[in-house]
Amino acid sequence: MGADTMTHKGSPSGGGAMVMMALWGLLAILAITMGAKAVDTPFAIHMFIFALAAILALIFKARSFGKPAEDTSGYMDNVVRYGAIATVFWGVVGFLVGLVIALQLAYPAWNPDLEWFNFGRLRPLHTSAVVFAFGGNALLCTSFYVVQRTNRTRLALGNLAWFVFWGYQLFIVLAATGYLLGVTEGREYAEPEWYVDLWLTAVWVAYFLVFFGTLLKRKESHIYVANWFYLSFIVTIAMLHIVNNLSIPVSFFGSKSYSLFSGVQDALTQWWYGHNAVGFFLTAGFLGMMYFFIPKRANRPVYSYRLSIVHFWSLIFLYIWAGPHHLHYTALPDWAQTLGMVFSIMLWMPSWGGMINGLMTLSGAWDKLRTDPVLRMMVISVAFYGMSTFEGPMMSIKAVNSLSHYTDWTIGHVHSGALGWVGMISMGCMYHLIPRLWGKKEVYSLRLVSWHVWLATLGIVVYASAMWVSGIMQGLMWREYDANGFLAYSFVETVEAMHPYYVIRAFGGALFLVGGLIMVYNLYRTIKGAQPVTQPVGMVSAAA
Amino acid sequence: MKHETLEKNATLLLIFSLLVVTIGGLVQIVPLFFLQNTIEKVEGMRPYSPLEMAGRNVYIREGCYVCHSQMIRPFRDEVERYGHYSLAAESQYDHPFQWGSKRTGPDLARVGGKYSDEWHRQHLANPRNVVPESIMPGYAYLSGKVIEPKGFGANLKAMNLTVNNGNGAMYSQEAIDNAEADLVAQATGENAEGLMQRYPKAVARNFDGDGQVTEMDAVIAYLQVLGTLVDFSTFKADMSR
Repeated sequence: MGADTMTHKGSPSGGGAMVMMALWGLLAILAITMGAKAVDTPFAIHMFIFALAAILALIFKARSFGKPAEDTSGYMDNVVRYGAIATVFWGVVGFLVGLVIALQLAYPAWNPDLEWFNFGRLRPLHTSAVVFAFGGNALLCTSFYVVQRTNRTRLALGNLAWFVFWGYQLFIVLAATGYLLGVTEGREYAEPEWYVDLWLTAVWVAYFLVFFGTLLKRKESHIYVANWFYLSFIVTIAMLHIVNNLSIPVSFFGSKSYSLFSGVQDALTQWWYGHNAVGFFLTAGFLGMMYFFIPKRANRPVYSYRLSIVHFWSLIFLYIWAGPHHLHYTALPDWAQTLGMVFSIMLWMPSWGGMINGLMTLSGAWDKLRTDPVLRMMVISVAFYGMSTFEGPMMSIKAVNSLSHYTDWTIGHVHSGALGWVGMISMGCMYHLIPRLWGKKEVYSLRLVSWHVWLATLGIVVYASAMWVSGIMQGLMWREYDANGFLAYSFVETVEAMHPYYVIRAFGGALFLVGGLIMVYNLYRTIKGAQPVTQPVGMVSAAA
Repeated sequence: MKHETLEKNATLLLIFSLLVVTIGGLVQIVPLFFLQNTIEKVEGMRPYSPLEMAGRNVYIREGCYVCHSQMIRPFRDEVERYGHYSLAAESQYDHPFQWGSKRTGPDLARVGGKYSDEWHRQHLANPRNVVPESIMPGYAYLSGKVIEPKGFGANLKAMNLTVNNGNGAMYSQEAIDNAEADLVAQATGENAEGLMQRYPKAVARNFDGDGQVTEMDAVIAYLQVLGTLVDFSTFKADMSR
């Protein structure tokens, strides 16, 4: 799979290929050696997976000898095609695991009480699958697509983009298998252990080089706004990832490590990372998608150029301060909590500025919402973006947070952002991209897209409402006193009261998953459709 | 400078956007390492003993923190339900911190000493044995996982390489040399004098009732020490925090 395209070099030079093969061979030997010396089984398994990947890369490289050089005059779209398929695949996997853990909370019998599949291990699998596998692949493939078109140039640095794609999939596999095997740093959304973090760092640096290199060799004088957001996302995530994962391995042949920082400092570092995984991974990058695909789909220019400048700089400046709102009323000093709250509230403005810029891009094209369900999906996603970026600042107010924190309200908030904004904009982009990448006029069935849009929307509304009710109810029950001045409820009574809402939540998630499965069928039929691929996509068209 | 300059120069755009995103973190995180009042001065806190550390590693491995917080907020209801609000000092040896973000189950910051070892063993084996309405998964398999004490000192050595707020090494050479013996002593309650000296207030006994040192012993030892170390009779709150 992908063997041919993966190994073709722009200008095949035997020497370069030999060096690459030697490198992959050395990596494989290193991994096998480390696996043989492993002090724990999961580490041995991971080194084996690593070695296997390196050997596969070596074989693909070897098979490229003697084959004609790939035409490198046009855009590099094959890697985008792979990315689109990976996005759809990991999306459905992530939704499915989400449904399973929702059922585990509603019915504990869904926990098999086997060490690999209990809630505590599946929950990071779910969050990483949707954030990093689904969201990450959507970002990779759309950024590679957008940066080529808006700069009218092929991706820089030859096959490095393939290393980014496959290297990232290897990261996903190592992270996911690690969670099931109990390999975790115990930091939310940054669970992978030290050696997986090092691998992701290498992949991320390569990603940065490809993206930035493409900007440097652009044939447009201006850098289009979507690229600002993608660039900031890539650079900031590198900073966050490296600092938050600083840790001391117990052994270089074992999976366990201890975080470099402890207690208060560790907590704030983690939530500085955690909130900006939201701010830069799940927001800035996806705003890049919004700024390219909504104008494209609506066939209108971005509403306000000035607003997009203000949006960009204020958003990236303010977001990074918001982390402490995850630590209200904790042992974090008050001054840091207050700073976090103030900046979180301010963040409402750039967020809504961006939402307005996205929505108003439809000026003069609102009628298309009736006829184009793909555009409808994108617009609904921006509406959810607006909703959850209002809810977020509200929840960061300390008085509100004292009720909402530790409850399902937070879970509902995250999901209106993740399913509504990130999920819908990504899937909208896939509906737009995939027909074009495979040389078709349009997606197989717009009717099915319409079904997907409404199922997903209904699913999110059901999900979020259930979590609002259960979260606020649980928060109120915890602080309820009876007439005699005693706490009215024991903890487990509040757990019991959650049950109906956990069932409703699972139902909402199931609706969203069914929508996703309809998308898989629709996109499969689109790709397999009768129209053959004739030429690389959009060679002539310039930037939006 | 016109914004156009940035739009036409990728390197400048890169440098400016990187500068803009570093400010918040520098202002918020860096002072925490230098401000004296970040971590309260308290009596009684000590690093984890080897068995407690092993149990803590199991706690992290199983993802307990995704449903249980270890951070009691200073509210009337929380203090009545769980005990004294949590201090920064109480997690100063937590690499990583385990404050959590969600209470699907109750807070565990002061669960130590609240239930018997046998209650914990029954509860971990199948939570519905003792709490019929519980939705927690079962962890009976921990009883079958024997902990090999050999080489456990490496964990203490790694801890010594972490940032410890200017307090020097967390573990003495003596503690590292005795890590294996201390681990066994705490899980059996035998020959525990050295252990008690190195780790005051450590609870040393056969936690799970069977002969081997298992992960069940370790995780119960960890749960039983949570929140029990600080001597609150000598604690005074610092209003400047």
